[in-house]
Amino acid sequence: MKKIAASLLLTALLAACASQPGTQPTQPTTPITDKSGNDSASTNPASVDLTKGSTTDAKGYNVLTDPNNILSSRRIYFDYDSYVVKPEFNEMVEAHSKYLNEHKDAKLIVQGNTDNRGTAEYNLALGQKRADAVKKQMNALGVADSQLETVSFGKEKPLESADTEEAWARNRRAELVYDGEAAK
Amino acid sequence: MTPLQQVWKQARRLMLATAVLLGAAGAARADMTIEVVGTGATQYPIAIAPFQNEVQQQQPVTPVVGDDLKRSGLFNVIGAGDLSPVPYTVAQFNGAPLKARGAQTALIGTIAPDGDAFLVTATLVDVGSKNTLVTFQRRATAGQMRRVAHQIADVVYQKLTGEPGAFNSRIAYVVKMGKRYELQVADADGYGAQSVLASNQPIMSPKWSPDGGRLAYVSFEEQKPIVYGQDLGTGRRWKIAAFKGSNSAPAWSPNGQQLAVTLTRDGGSQIFIVNADGSGSPRRLTNTGEINTEASFTPDGGSVLFTSDRGGSPQIYRQPVGGGGAERITFQNGYNASGKLSPDGKTLTLITRTERGFQVAVMDMASRQIQALTDTGLDDAPTFASNGRMILYETDIGGRGALAAVSSDGRVKQRLRSTSGDVRQPAWGPLLK
Repeated sequence: MKKIAASLLLTALLAACASQPGTQPTQPTTPITDKSGNDSASTNPASVDLTKGSTTDAKGYNVLTDPNNILSSRRIYFDYDSYVVKPEFNEMVEAHSKYLNEHKDAKLIVQGNTDNRGTAEYNLALGQKRADAVKKQMNALGVADSQLETVSFGKEKPLESADTEEAWARNRRAELVYDGEAAK
Repeated sequence: MTPLQQVWKQARRLMLATAVLLGAAGAARADMTIEVVGTGATQYPIAIAPFQNEVQQQQPVTPVVGDDLKRSGLFNVIGAGDLSPVPYTVAQFNGAPLKARGAQTALIGTIAPDGDAFLVTATLVDVGSKNTLVTFQRRATAGQMRRVAHQIADVVYQKLTGEPGAFNSRIAYVVKMGKRYELQVADADGYGAQSVLASNQPIMSPKWSPDGGRLAYVSFEEQKPIVYGQDLGTGRRWKIAAFKGSNSAPAWSPNGQQLAVTLTRDGGSQIFIVNADGSGSPRRLTNTGEINTEASFTPDGGSVLFTSDRGGSPQIYRQPVGGGGAERITFQNGYNASGKLSPDGKTLTLITRTERGFQVAVMDMASRQIQALTDTGLDDAPTFASNGRMILYETDIGGRGALAAVSSDGRVKQRLRSTSGDVRQPAWGPLLK
């Protein structure tokens, strides 16, 4: 019930935002000059702009961003058609698990990603499998479910846009993002 | 070489001779132009005479009708503007000169002032007998002439082919320009593109509500996939599914009150039914396999098709919404995904993996034979026109996402050329009223 109430509140907030002048289109769109005719209202769509406004600032988890600390390592790469965390990433996963166990208020979002072969939605599900594989390992290291969320970007956020084996390998990854950190 | 590949090869040779670029004069920057390749098995020779007084309109009607019919690949449009006099009514109609040009039917008409608007009258005449085959009449303002033209094209199409047209419809798709994503809506001929959502994060999987008034889509604006609904008239947005984990792959039920979505909140990717207004609790539909996604409703609303890895590779399954087991329906090839049934339920369009890559294909539901329709290898998101005749899809041209369409028999191909950006994730909307 609490979740429903929260989502209703969010919906109401979103609806309120959508009606503010600040969310009007940034660029003029094709004019449909006639608004009085017998077309359905929907043939003159309204526009919503989310590109305005700042992204969330990082809260300054120093130990997490210090380049000399393994906690600043956030990418886990996967083999083709594989959803298993390779041993070379064990140290990184263990370090983040330890951090989460010692900071019970910290929350980690694991974002799965794929290469661009296959349909967008199926890739979203494959990316989810990669994120879930990381979560499973962290759970085994004692991290609580409440501190973890696994999501997928599928093939929507590639690091490389080329269609080469090297680019695909770079794109098959999970990214670790702490709640409150700025979006990349 | 399969018969379809042969057709495509022939079609490409024809392209040099017959390619038509249908520019939309004075249109917005984002408009797309459509290039047509190939023709239907039957081509109907139709003469189109300019309507009386249409040159005084800011948007003349018959060029739009002619372009629609030509683009379908099923019509040989014969000019009649040079006749003297140009016939506007059946009483003025003289079949002989048009018969000499090979026309079997002729479209004639008038645009007459009617208060603050106009009365558009179009008549399809049999050239040999001078009999009226169908008459269309509608009152319209100057700004509605394109819409009226598409309606006339639909009337002509239905009269001559026996199938409903789909010219008077819209498409939705996602454009990526640099780091900016836009969800855009345009007429089915690419004209009048408008942004309905702009974001710095990815947008995917737009789907039209059955009434054409709302879109459901996946937006990553909160750094994770969430399914939103948006009213196109007011711009109002709401969350349809925003649970822990990923929320994706929306599909409207035929009555527009519910959607099938993919949620990961209970582990794995599973299909749930949710209310379109986001109220209530999701009802879980699938329990087998780690991946169940890309749901689409059967036209009767009784079942959903979806992609599942339960058999070891992605294949398409069908499961009743009201309960009951899932039945696997694709068996050819090792990767079949993104399945959607034609409105008559007889043809499945899907993405299948071949030696060429990921291709748009059709599967005859009776024979279960899968046939690839394209010669590209990074296709995605096939979507039927409301009449089931054409399939619009995403492909990759020169490293850029682009839209293309193919007739369900593979004979007619269209490429929608955009001036900028990656264009992906198309959805073809219902026929407009």
